[in-house]
Amino acid sequence: MKINKKQLNFILLGVLLSLALTIVVASPVNAQDPTPSDDDVNAIAKQLYCPVCENIPLDACGTQACIQWRGIIRDKLAEGWSEKEIKQYFVDQYGDRVLAEPPRRGLNWLVYIVPPIAFLAGAYVLYKGFRTWKAAEDSQGVEKKRNIADMPKEEVDEYILQLEAELKNR
Amino acid sequence: MKKLLVWGGLAALLIIVAIGLNRAQQGQVGVGEKAPDFTLTTFDGEAYRLKDLRGQVVVINFWASWCETCKTEAADLENAWRTYQPRGDVLFLGVDYVDTEPDAKAYLAEFDITYPNGPDKRTKISQAYRIQGVPETFIIDKNGKIVHVQIGPFRSYEEIVSYIEPLLNK
Repeated sequence: MKINKKQLNFILLGVLLSLALTIVVASPVNAQDPTPSDDDVNAIAKQLYCPVCENIPLDACGTQACIQWRGIIRDKLAEGWSEKEIKQYFVDQYGDRVLAEPPRRGLNWLVYIVPPIAFLAGAYVLYKGFRTWKAAEDSQGVEKKRNIADMPKEEVDEYILQLEAELKNR
Repeated sequence: MKKLLVWGGLAALLIIVAIGLNRAQQGQVGVGEKAPDFTLTTFDGEAYRLKDLRGQVVVINFWASWCETCKTEAADLENAWRTYQPRGDVLFLGVDYVDTEPDAKAYLAEFDITYPNGPDKRTKISQAYRIQGVPETFIIDKNGKIVHVQIGPFRSYEEIVSYIEPLLNK
């Protein structure tokens, strides 16, 4: 069977149309179904703590409850929720205590204010303590020196004088 | 003035720490105590306020879908509920602790649980009852006083009934 030019053009057009249709139909499917990776899920999970497993961040917790929570994060990410919205969802459901970082309000401020103040106060107390200690030591040394110098020669212990001289020569 | 401010600040901090420690060391709400009031909104959107349930025996069961031991008592609790439901003076309330809604609903469907159940939003109810884990059940008499605290699952239907029966004619 011989195919003429007109028929060949028609077949080519059909092939091109099919290809174009495949691309148009297939592309949106890929775009609408982004599966969040484990890293995406864990990036949010590590900022949350499940009340059942105290002191273990959600990304490192292996209990059934935590697996369910990570599933929720994955579902919400797939639905297009932002990190902030997901964290707020968990706060609404389970309270502020699920957050690794307590929200900056009310008595929670103590968590942020007290440690640096305590650190600074401790540094100040240490500084004052060292200063007082050094001042006392210096005044004691001066007093000792003055005492020896003021003492009559016959009363000064010759061993002490020898020791002082040796210390000076070092 | 400066010293007074420093000592005042320290005293305030110590008081806050003491209150926190005291709260952390408290055990569950005990037998004989007045049951803390709460409002539970069920998965169906119905609200139950404990205060409004005076004159009824209330069985508050804390559970979660991820809790394996909760499953061992689920059928017995439902059977007990079906026994007392027609009387109208006994109410079972299921408080779903740190759970996800889809898993919780699947659990309720699996065990065909028909008494009112709802999530413990922001874990307020479990904190008020200071539960240590799930399952835990509090049985409250018609005057709003706690008469039994069940730590862990009930072993049988008869065990549940044995705690409720003496309260019916009081």
